[in-house]
Amino acid sequence: MEIDVRKVAMLSRIRLTDDEAAELGPQLSSILGYVEQLGKVDTDGVPPTAHPHDAAMPLRANVVTNGNRREELQAPAPKTESGLYVVPKVIE
Amino acid sequence: MSWEVVIGLEVHCQINTDTKAFCGCSTEFGAEPNTQTCPVCLGMPGQLPVLNTVAVDKTILTGLAINAHINLESKFDRKNYFYPDLPKGYQISQFAVPLVVGGYIDIPTKDGGEKRLGITRIHMEEDAGKSMHEGLDAVSHIDLNRSGVPLMEIVSEPDMRSADEAIAYLKQLHQLIRFLGVSGADMEKGQFRCDANISVRRPGEPFGTRTEMKNMNSFRFIKQAIEFEVLRQIEIIEDGGEVVQESRLWDSVKCESRSMRSKEEAHDYRYFPEPDLPPLRVSQQEVDAIKAGMPELPGQLRKRFETEYGLSSYDADVLTQTLESAAWYESLVAAHPADPKRCANWMANELLGRLNDAGKDLSESPVSAARLAELLNRIGDNTISGKAAKDVFDAMMESTDSVDAIIEAKGLKQVSDSGAIDAIILEVMAANPAQVEGYRGGKDKLMGFFVGQVMKASRGTANPGMVNQRLLELLKG
Repeated sequence: MEIDVRKVAMLSRIRLTDDEAAELGPQLSSILGYVEQLGKVDTDGVPPTAHPHDAAMPLRANVVTNGNRREELQAPAPKTESGLYVVPKVIE
Repeated sequence: MSWEVVIGLEVHCQINTDTKAFCGCSTEFGAEPNTQTCPVCLGMPGQLPVLNTVAVDKTILTGLAINAHINLESKFDRKNYFYPDLPKGYQISQFAVPLVVGGYIDIPTKDGGEKRLGITRIHMEEDAGKSMHEGLDAVSHIDLNRSGVPLMEIVSEPDMRSADEAIAYLKQLHQLIRFLGVSGADMEKGQFRCDANISVRRPGEPFGTRTEMKNMNSFRFIKQAIEFEVLRQIEIIEDGGEVVQESRLWDSVKCESRSMRSKEEAHDYRYFPEPDLPPLRVSQQEVDAIKAGMPELPGQLRKRFETEYGLSSYDADVLTQTLESAAWYESLVAAHPADPKRCANWMANELLGRLNDAGKDLSESPVSAARLAELLNRIGDNTISGKAAKDVFDAMMESTDSVDAIIEAKGLKQVSDSGAIDAIILEVMAANPAQVEGYRGGKDKLMGFFVGQVMKASRGTANPGMVNQRLLELLKG
């Protein structure tokens, strides 16, 4: 299976040099080829596995348990202003 | 040759829980920015989501109300994309197996019938944060209070054939959501957002290429946006061109849409199963219990109001717009059972009209249902005329004096004493001898003149029925 390594890198926001792209492309393709073997297994009548643990989801009560931790949580942010995160301009 | 319009709608509806979908942060609207966040909804590494039980119940309730199938086992997936208001780099959503599938909504048609519009699915997901660009030069500001707030996305079949049908569907859905109490559905607060998939085709032909119109936050804009897009597509095709499948952003100020192609390119969501969440399992018993607690739905209520109270379909519709208004009407009828139609007229025309003018909600009404009933009882027992009652009602909106005190103070008590009415009539006749002669000479139309004069002389307090009756008698001579 051929993989468009440039597209994958763009979607993942990873910058690749030409050398890296040339090296990683075939590697990723071969990994996918290895996994593709699973497609040969006859799975007719086998229910799909949604999760490796056969557990139902635990649920949370609808009760507020978290308070305002803005100062602490924003400490690692590169830039904030009046409580807002500041990021390079994004507009569609 | 004519064109057929094909529309499908996706509605994102904020579920009104106290806490977010996957963490214990508050969802309260309008808090200081970024004060309602935690490591889970900020996408910090190693944090695990735990789903809010009430969000599940409310999505099931909505599914039941549209006659859908509830999947007793559903799954969550990751929808991957990069945007600064999406801290995890993915949105937890339901892609492969949503909680709710199928269902429908019936909308009224112009010929008095109904059209059934299919619903494909309702899935649960989380909202993103909020980005702000206005007034900023090289930066954007991000508030993540909304990050992780639970949403249900209600996806319709491409069953609508006009902007009007799309609006009818949305209004019906909006009303239903509010009745069920599953969302505030306040469009201005972004709690009920709509994207429209629009295409055109020649009747009988396969679907044309569709575009997705985004960012429409009022019924009016949605209608404008759809109509604009339909014309745009028809023009392209008639000029020999081809419609490009793309997302378009509606600009409600310029009243036009523009392509979001830049964003389109990056949209390869690479859905995959959310490894942090095992399947969501609900039991049939839980579903049945939710069904048992379902309130009377707008359609049922409307029909009951028509049959039980003899209301016109228009009045029934107006009074069942919200659960609150239906309950208000029913308590009014309970206190003035003699005339449910009078109750409907007064509530729909007088009360709601005045509240609307004052920019007030029914919950802020200065007149309670019990007090309005007192006034209606005074019309019923002929103490005042319907016309005078409107003056009394105006006063009631401003003061808390009793209905009887206001009637007394304004001197609006209806005169039903035949002696008093006769005295006024005789006065009017004496003042207008020419008209009396004319009437007696066969000009029956002058009756209206006399009624008007007598009502005027009594300042509207004379009982109109009696005025008519006594005038006929006395004018005979």
